[in-house]
Amino acid sequence: MIRGSIGLKLTAGVMLTALLVITVFAIFSIRSESQSLLQEVERHASQLSDRVESDLGYDMLHNDYQRIHAGITRVGQQESIDRVRMFNKAGEIIYSSDASDIGKMVDTKAESCFRCHSEGKPIEQLETSERTRIFRLDADSPRMLGIINPIYNEESCWTAACHAHPESQTVLGVLDITIPLTEVDRNIRNSQLAIVVFAVSAIVLLGLVVSLLVRWWIDRPVQKLVAATRQVAGGNLGHMVEVDREDELGVLAASFNNMTEKLAEARLQLFQSDKLASLGRLAAGVAHEINNPLTAVLTYSSYLLKRSGGQPEMKKDLQVIVEETIRCREIVKSLLDFARQTVPRKRSANINEIIGRARNVVENQLAIGRVELVLDLGNDLPDVTVDANQVQQVFINLMVNAADAIGDDRGTIRVSSRLISLSPKGVLQIKQALCRKRHDLVDRKVQIGGKPAITMRYASGDRNGLIHLDPMYGSTDHRLEDFPGMAEGVDLQCPHCQVSLLAEDEPCPKCGAPVYAFEVPLKGLVYGCLREGCGWSRWDQVDSAWDDQFVEVRVQDNGCGIPRAQIPKLFEPFATTKGQKGTGLGLAVSWGIVDNHNGTITVESEVGVGTTFIVRIPVSG
Amino acid sequence: MNLQRDILVIEDETSVSRAVEMVCTDAGMSVSVVSSATAALEVLDRFRFRLALCDIMMQGLDGFQFLEEVNRKGLDLPVVMMTGYSTMENAVKSLAKGAIDYIPKPFTADELLTVIRRSLRSGMLLDEAEAAGLERDRTMSFVPCPSEYYRLGCVSWVKLEDEGTARIGVSDLFLKSVEGIREFELSPVGEQLVQGVPCAFATSTDGSVHGIMCPMGGKVLEVNEDALSDPLLVEKDPYFRGWLYRILPSNPDSNLRWLSS
Repeated sequence: MIRGSIGLKLTAGVMLTALLVITVFAIFSIRSESQSLLQEVERHASQLSDRVESDLGYDMLHNDYQRIHAGITRVGQQESIDRVRMFNKAGEIIYSSDASDIGKMVDTKAESCFRCHSEGKPIEQLETSERTRIFRLDADSPRMLGIINPIYNEESCWTAACHAHPESQTVLGVLDITIPLTEVDRNIRNSQLAIVVFAVSAIVLLGLVVSLLVRWWIDRPVQKLVAATRQVAGGNLGHMVEVDREDELGVLAASFNNMTEKLAEARLQLFQSDKLASLGRLAAGVAHEINNPLTAVLTYSSYLLKRSGGQPEMKKDLQVIVEETIRCREIVKSLLDFARQTVPRKRSANINEIIGRARNVVENQLAIGRVELVLDLGNDLPDVTVDANQVQQVFINLMVNAADAIGDDRGTIRVSSRLISLSPKGVLQIKQALCRKRHDLVDRKVQIGGKPAITMRYASGDRNGLIHLDPMYGSTDHRLEDFPGMAEGVDLQCPHCQVSLLAEDEPCPKCGAPVYAFEVPLKGLVYGCLREGCGWSRWDQVDSAWDDQFVEVRVQDNGCGIPRAQIPKLFEPFATTKGQKGTGLGLAVSWGIVDNHNGTITVESEVGVGTTFIVRIPVSG
Repeated sequence: MNLQRDILVIEDETSVSRAVEMVCTDAGMSVSVVSSATAALEVLDRFRFRLALCDIMMQGLDGFQFLEEVNRKGLDLPVVMMTGYSTMENAVKSLAKGAIDYIPKPFTADELLTVIRRSLRSGMLLDEAEAAGLERDRTMSFVPCPSEYYRLGCVSWVKLEDEGTARIGVSDLFLKSVEGIREFELSPVGEQLVQGVPCAFATSTDGSVHGIMCPMGGKVLEVNEDALSDPLLVEKDPYFRGWLYRILPSNPDSNLRWLSS
């Protein structure tokens, strides 16, 4: 586990956001719920107050003290009502459900009066909402809702028999009802609790789900990638990440695998050249040491042979010495060639005949190991242009390896040949590229995929620099460094003479961007588009005449198989798994030979099932 | 500087130098043997030689340094390089540095004599040319070869063509030193030639076979059938109608380093 992992951070971030959102939501929700509950109570209180006022109206008109008092007491006795009071204009309590209050004066500054009397002078008209107030009698008492209802002077009042009020008086008194909010407050508390419980459980659940999803979708694949990068950093270039998804991380894993493969290939080439270089020095030393004594032997013996005219017996013996010494000379020479991987001497040859010759060489060895060799050769295979001796060496190596993989068990080696077709793109290497003034664009100092890159200069305004193109036709593994991208005003030039490499009036048929063109001697013009993501390319002479045919030879055994991790190192020199048995050079040399023939050699293997080596050699040579 | 001898053998391996001495003496040549380049330079102060056979890998001064010394002193001495480390680089470098020929070890008595006789003739031809007033420079061709031609020693030439291809042929000095070519043996179209490795073989009327070192590596595109059917054409017009191959050079830039124009 990594400290401060992306999954942890993401989960924490989501949780924090959820906490904030849900808290704000809960606060607003609680507030609005309390408000609507209170409004309901207010409405109820207002209605009650109006009822009481209208119920007592008649009694008040008749100034029937007893009946008013009885009515107020009755209302006040209701459980949901704390008390009912009525004061006159002067503030004296004239009726109350609590008899002890009667006759007391209320202070206009008291909370129940403050609403109207706060401005110094009584307000005579009040909105319903303004008539209510919430208060506590003392710190420990429940909240109370008070509603005042001014009793306005009406015609019936000043015309009533008692003539108690003059017409000029607007407000005759106030009906004040107090309702305890115990129930409402309990409801509010309950719903607050419910919302808090909901919020907490929502946050916890969200956190769980998010952390699970993050773990499933991000953490695990990222952990796998991290583990893979560590493996690769530790040198295990055979490590592959499982690609079982199609999202960005799946794509990342796939490109990671791709990168690792390319890295392995590049390292293989590096190893090849490095180790073969030291082998070359060794062989050179050996050749030098052996060639001097051989010179003496060959010169003396050939000299004696010339002078041995009269002695047929001696002549015959000397002939043997000379011939065998010349054979030694060839062996030493081929040792040097072998180590230096000299250019193959190619001639037209039939691959099946080469396989047959290789079989003749290994047949005895296989018979001793009781290994059966089955040839399944395709008919009518076209001839290939190869160095037959080198290619035969490859097949011998593969067959001997197969026999070694089978070991002491009885087993079968199946060698098959057939004709296959492959597209030129990604297979054919551009080895020469010329600008209009015939400067070579191939830069041997910069290599892409182990092969010399094609170098161009770009110029855009005052910016310019070098870019290196993938020499494999159709591949786009370019090294563009600071290249601003293909756009109007960007010129591609020969790095030697700065003549433009852009093809005039021939935009990319795929994306319309300007395309570059260079010449491959005797093979026509190669066009290509450098716009990001386009990758279009054209090479008429090759596209039309490309002999996309390859002869494929598979050497398959049912031996022990090769563990996946060893496969990338297989073609490295000295990577033998055979202990004392092999030199560790067979596959490295085979790889070099096939590569020199512009072919490919690959391997498919499963432990316990067997291994198949696949050699593909272009028919065109 | 008065005594004239035929062959100076510079070789630190006694078994080799004795074998070479024996073969040459038997062929009627006078031979001196020294075991180092320094000793050879001392001997050269007192004697004149028609030809030197020099090993490349030696203690002290090596073969290439010896060549440079000979050139620096302006000695009139054709040198044939021989080496057990027979690589094309050594071959090409020898010719580029002014050796008249190159022979890889091990060799048979006949192979050695073929090279020695050819080189002696080359030396003679150069002397004659000098006497006739032509510029004396072993790295130059006997007949100055046309411009835009590059030469590997005085053995073979290459001319780069506009299409990115190149034409290969034999120098006139080599042809004259071989004396009477009966036939040429050439590699077929499609074959890969390597610089410094014989790419063609000329059989002379006396039956000896002479390898012609390839001046530039590449793939054979075309073989001059006229030269094959009429070897005389090559001798008459070695730089134009007597070309041998048209090739697609595989690495012209690095090959050109070893060629002179």
